[in-house]
Amino acid sequence: MNAQVFIPADTLAIALGADEIAAGFAAEAKARRQDIEIIRTGSRGLCWAEPLVEVNTPKGRVAYGNIAPGDVAGLFEAGILNGGTHKTCLGPVDDMPYLKTQLRFIFKNCGLYDPCDIDAYLSHGGFAGARAALAQKPENIVDEVEASGLRGRGGAGFPAAIKWRTVLGASAEQKYIVCNADEGDSGTFADRLIMEGDPFRLIEGMLIAGLAAGADKGVIYLRSEYPLARKVLEKAIAVAEQQNWLGADIQGSGKAFEISVFFGAGSYVCGEETALLESLEGKRGIVRSKPPIPALEGLNGQPTVINNVITLCAVPDILVKGGAWHAMLGVGRSTGTMTFQLAGDVKYGGLIEVPFGLSLSELIYGFGGGTRSGLAVKAVQVGGPLGAYLPPEQFDTPMDYEAFAAIGAGIGHGGIVVFNENTNMRALARYAFAFCAHESCGKCTPCRIGSMRGKELLAADHPDLELVHDLCEVMVEGSACAMGAMTPIPVQSAIAHFPDEFGTRTAQAAE
Amino acid sequence: MANGFVHWGDKQALMLINQSHKAGESLTHALRSLTDVFGYIDERAITPLMQTFALSRAEILGVTSYYDDFRDTPPARHVIRLCQAEACQAVGGRELSTHLFAKTGLALGEAAKNGQVALEAVYCLGLCANGPAGQIDDKPAVHLDAAILDAKLAELDQ
Repeated sequence: MNAQVFIPADTLAIALGADEIAAGFAAEAKARRQDIEIIRTGSRGLCWAEPLVEVNTPKGRVAYGNIAPGDVAGLFEAGILNGGTHKTCLGPVDDMPYLKTQLRFIFKNCGLYDPCDIDAYLSHGGFAGARAALAQKPENIVDEVEASGLRGRGGAGFPAAIKWRTVLGASAEQKYIVCNADEGDSGTFADRLIMEGDPFRLIEGMLIAGLAAGADKGVIYLRSEYPLARKVLEKAIAVAEQQNWLGADIQGSGKAFEISVFFGAGSYVCGEETALLESLEGKRGIVRSKPPIPALEGLNGQPTVINNVITLCAVPDILVKGGAWHAMLGVGRSTGTMTFQLAGDVKYGGLIEVPFGLSLSELIYGFGGGTRSGLAVKAVQVGGPLGAYLPPEQFDTPMDYEAFAAIGAGIGHGGIVVFNENTNMRALARYAFAFCAHESCGKCTPCRIGSMRGKELLAADHPDLELVHDLCEVMVEGSACAMGAMTPIPVQSAIAHFPDEFGTRTAQAAE
Repeated sequence: MANGFVHWGDKQALMLINQSHKAGESLTHALRSLTDVFGYIDERAITPLMQTFALSRAEILGVTSYYDDFRDTPPARHVIRLCQAEACQAVGGRELSTHLFAKTGLALGEAAKNGQVALEAVYCLGLCANGPAGQIDDKPAVHLDAAILDAKLAELDQ
């Protein structure tokens, strides 16, 4: 058997020279007359070790981290094809603590094979969930998802089964499954990793949702900042069509489902589900008033399930292993695993899939190893631009929806951005307003005008914090969607935890 | 063109608009396919879009002006996009835009007079564990610093 070399081909690995490394391996093997098979895979999500090259050995797959194109010749000298010793060698990939201490099911296959190789997907248990769903009544699929306790991973944590059941119960000519792949939160990349690394899982999740809700059309709303994910998804969809996992008569069941990809146009607020629908319908991405809810009047006025990428990717295993299995993972009403993403000034950033309930400090220090700069951690922002800034005193908070709600924060899409001691918290608070002013759809006044006024107020030498808090109250109570209603969270948490950075008269007088 | 887009052509534009419409797609789909091919939406596309989608000029311009990606002028030959979002701020992303401004006199969102290089802000490329991140033409870039950007600028300004 030829030696197999696995080299990731996701956006991050490519930015770090993975294409050049792959070319280097091919050239070096040819020069040495060694037969190798180079397989371009998805990423394992170990961003700190990318590009992570793996080789198949009798001991299993052995990993070599932070490979540069110039390392290739040396790696051959060291006998990489047999798992030889080299300064970049990280040992058998399955023994790496960063992976071993995770509990992956959504990401279990990401990085193992060519993302568009449907046979590899099938041989790793792919489409078993869809097979199970094809053999069941729609009600039973929804029951299983309800029993799993699966909540939306996009940010709001809304139970997936409620949306599905509502759409199933609605009678309409056309129903839709819309996948929200507008992953705009800074510090998040789980959607990107899975779409680029294991796209059939998303396709399978959408197919199951379609079978459950009685929808035969699916749309993936993909943000335009992810051009590679678009290519991978379009290719995977074409392959799934050829293999009859999408189409008019899926695996001879008589059931139909098709998926198209819509490539967005650069608007953060289109991650809000109703703005996303407006955008798909060809309009400005402006939020709709609810009710009517999208599950009854969604895309083109038809009943529509809208779920985040990771939510849908959790579904296949729920169908295979059962809702009860999923409900046993996690804590309380936060069931299953969460795909956390460690980012910013952190030493070992990457994707960490673990059951809910781990503490923030276990993620930041345990997995993350503290800051990349070596400076002390000052704060983290959890859950994207609309998430709270939390000081180290709160790092023992367990990562679950309820525990976070209790401290006025949210888990959002699971992004954790680490900031070091040199961070200017007022600049970040002001940025929160500025970002809202830039991205506000403009429909409601509290968001459109409030964000602008907030940005101006925090620019003053001695900002009137009472006025800032008043303004935040109006935004929270009066905004039409989370954009305006949650922008005060980063602002007010920064003020609450770092009051002396806001140059107030009281703070000045105390000095 | 160096940026991978083709020069505006009325015939091709009309064909793309008709394709979208025939496939039952919406206006944003048509605008996306024009942008994918030409890098922008020329004024000459507005009337055919109005006629095809039975919309007013104001409705079309309302949509094109809403989205950052739908430009009404051709893009520069080269584009450097720098992430301005929180995770990249945490590792000095903002200092890089300040550096580029000092070096070129261009703020993010501006293009050099000779049309060679433009700077753009971007809010998250999903490369948040390896910032500061950016995109140079169609290539993703991570661990950016002033020296890398200076070298790139010199290369692109040929």
